[in-house]
Amino acid sequence: MERVAVIGVGQTKYEKGKRETFAELVFEVASKALKDAGITVKEVDNVVSVSSDFWDGRTISSMAISDASGAFGKDISTVEGDGTFGALYGMMRILSGSFGVTMVVAHHKGTESNMNGITNTCFDPLVERKLGLDAVSSAALQARRYMTAYGLSEEQFAMVSVKNHGNAKRNPLAMLPMDITVEDVMNSPMLASPLKKLDCSPVTDGACALVLAAERNAKKLTTNKKRVWLKGVGHCTDAYRLGDRDLADTRALKEAASKAYEMAGVGPGDVDIAEVYDAFSYMELMWLEGLGFCDDGMAAEYLERGVFDFGGELPVNPSGGRLSANPVQVAGLASMAECVLQLRGAAGKRQVKGAETALAHGINGMCGQSHCVWILGK
Amino acid sequence: MGKRVGIIGVGQTHHASHRLDASGVELIAEAVTRSLDDAELTLDQVDAIVIGNMDHFENINYVDMWATDGLGSFMKPVLKVTTGGTTGTTVASSAYYHAASGLFDVVMGVGWEKNSESDTQAAIATCANPVLERDPFAGAIGPLATEYSMYMKAYGATEGDAAIVAARDRNNALNNPYAHNRMKVTVKDVMDSPMLSYPVKFLDMCPRSDGACAVIFANEEKARKLCPRPAWVHASVVRHDYTHFGDLEWQWMPTLERATAAAYKLAGIANPLRDFDVAELYLPCSTTGVKWMDSFWFCDKGGAPKLIRSGATHMDGQLPINPSGGVIATNPIGATGLIRVGEAAWQIMGKAGARQVPKVKKALATGFGGCSWSDVLILGADLP
Repeated sequence: MERVAVIGVGQTKYEKGKRETFAELVFEVASKALKDAGITVKEVDNVVSVSSDFWDGRTISSMAISDASGAFGKDISTVEGDGTFGALYGMMRILSGSFGVTMVVAHHKGTESNMNGITNTCFDPLVERKLGLDAVSSAALQARRYMTAYGLSEEQFAMVSVKNHGNAKRNPLAMLPMDITVEDVMNSPMLASPLKKLDCSPVTDGACALVLAAERNAKKLTTNKKRVWLKGVGHCTDAYRLGDRDLADTRALKEAASKAYEMAGVGPGDVDIAEVYDAFSYMELMWLEGLGFCDDGMAAEYLERGVFDFGGELPVNPSGGRLSANPVQVAGLASMAECVLQLRGAAGKRQVKGAETALAHGINGMCGQSHCVWILGK
Repeated sequence: MGKRVGIIGVGQTHHASHRLDASGVELIAEAVTRSLDDAELTLDQVDAIVIGNMDHFENINYVDMWATDGLGSFMKPVLKVTTGGTTGTTVASSAYYHAASGLFDVVMGVGWEKNSESDTQAAIATCANPVLERDPFAGAIGPLATEYSMYMKAYGATEGDAAIVAARDRNNALNNPYAHNRMKVTVKDVMDSPMLSYPVKFLDMCPRSDGACAVIFANEEKARKLCPRPAWVHASVVRHDYTHFGDLEWQWMPTLERATAAAYKLAGIANPLRDFDVAELYLPCSTTGVKWMDSFWFCDKGGAPKLIRSGATHMDGQLPINPSGGVIATNPIGATGLIRVGEAAWQIMGKAGARQVPKVKKALATGFGGCSWSDVLILGADLP
């Protein structure tokens, strides 16, 4: 199979209340990604945009950003969901032999949206929606189940938030760099027990673009330094109804991760940094287990030992993670962008020394119903 | 390089204005089950699934997740794509790229819509820029009426020409057991039907339907093994150039011209009217069945009225268009484009029943979405 590389990366600063339109955000990151790759829009032969009609409040939301993404006269399509899935489609289009260079671009403006209302519409309209379930309250159910299954504490979850907000201090693009303590998290307002405000990701605006290229194009267009290879990918979906799942079970993630590892020919032990979906503090721990970095129920203990710290054995979310900035559809693409920067050795103050293999992870649906796992390498 | 891909199974629901007997998930299950039966496969043999619809119609977020039970996607890879009216063809393209990439062998594409649970026109209206365009361009009919008015003025096409297309497609639908509107109509019936937005009349326009469609794609190795006569994908091309309605060239259909030109080049089509044996075109309104003939390169600019009046696009003509009855007979929006692909595949596989065109070797299937998405797929009986 032909190899596919990421040759360019562009991101906005992630923040609240951006004044730019969707198209302006997309234009900013698409332009930055092209500049980063050292190419012009002419070298791009197709575009995959990532957006959500719900969050944009606009049907066919990708219409609004077509020209800004550089799609005029080119083949374009739209993935709805997390950016990791958009990148997957971008890579497939290259592997099909139809295209050489794909622009993958995602945008999101949380501050123009109503998170609770929008995520409530993820639930079955007849029963669950009426109960008022949304992203936060369903995550609370999952967190509680996870605590019960493995005897974990709210304080342990809080440590994830402390770590990631601390990591964000080294990332100029992050929205919430903060020096906080476990006590601060515990004392922050309760949103849905056991989740408190500082266990939850913020409402964020931003955009991110990756330029993907087939090996033949990548070698022609860029220097070795810029290229980071997409080595493995896997995605998998669990059951829809929360009641049909053991919410502490990560079977879909395990399946997705094993496919990604197998394709890349590596194992969890080979990963040097991981950008893991952490819209809620407890999720980082659950997903680290699902990704095979430790046994089920053990991640909190590893966290306490400092394994996942910036200076630890496996730095997790050195960017600050979703807890420090969560532009929903953009989130996974931003994780991939962070991995690319880390592997290039271009991550500035948050550079993890000698990173050779990185893992990025995104989810779709509530409580991590569907997962996409990427392995990137030099 | 990628793999060659063929369609090995197609399934669709019996479409209707109100499928009160089935939920959205059940409609999806109906199409999925039928496509598996058509391909003589079990769900275990499907490696990945692509789904698409329009969020705002049924107000369900993350449809790809919600549909799991109907899709049969539990513990399988699922991707959602959506591009408005073209969603169905976008699903087909995506399923094609899945299989062509070599990452998955057998891939199912599913499109659906339950318009009876939707305020369709209101949902479509939100596609326009909220400040500049949402008020004047509410819904789907206005822009289609505008573009045909301009074409009539430029080339002398008439309301009667559109009525010929409407009568053609609606009468074709009588041969399609899955079609939503099955009624015998004359050109006069169309002309006498109530005016919606000049020059578009009631019988010129597509309905809103409940329905779903599933199409199964497989790479060459699997397709040869699993299917006696796959419909091979020869080309898949999308063009979309919209930003604002004022940017569009209303008199023509530039995205369709560019998409078809690129696809014909890929598939080696020199004379589309002659080279295709059948076409399943996403014509949302009979007026587009006149105006867009130019953009499909079936005739010179302005030549569409003559082509339509000649009967060349009727079932017994040179290039039968929409033997299924097309979009003005059946329109479950997220599925509509995929039904075009499925019907075109069935024509090649020889499974189109009473609407079968004899000896189909090359078929054209297209998708349209506002504004202005143009998707083109070319299928063939022979390997590309």
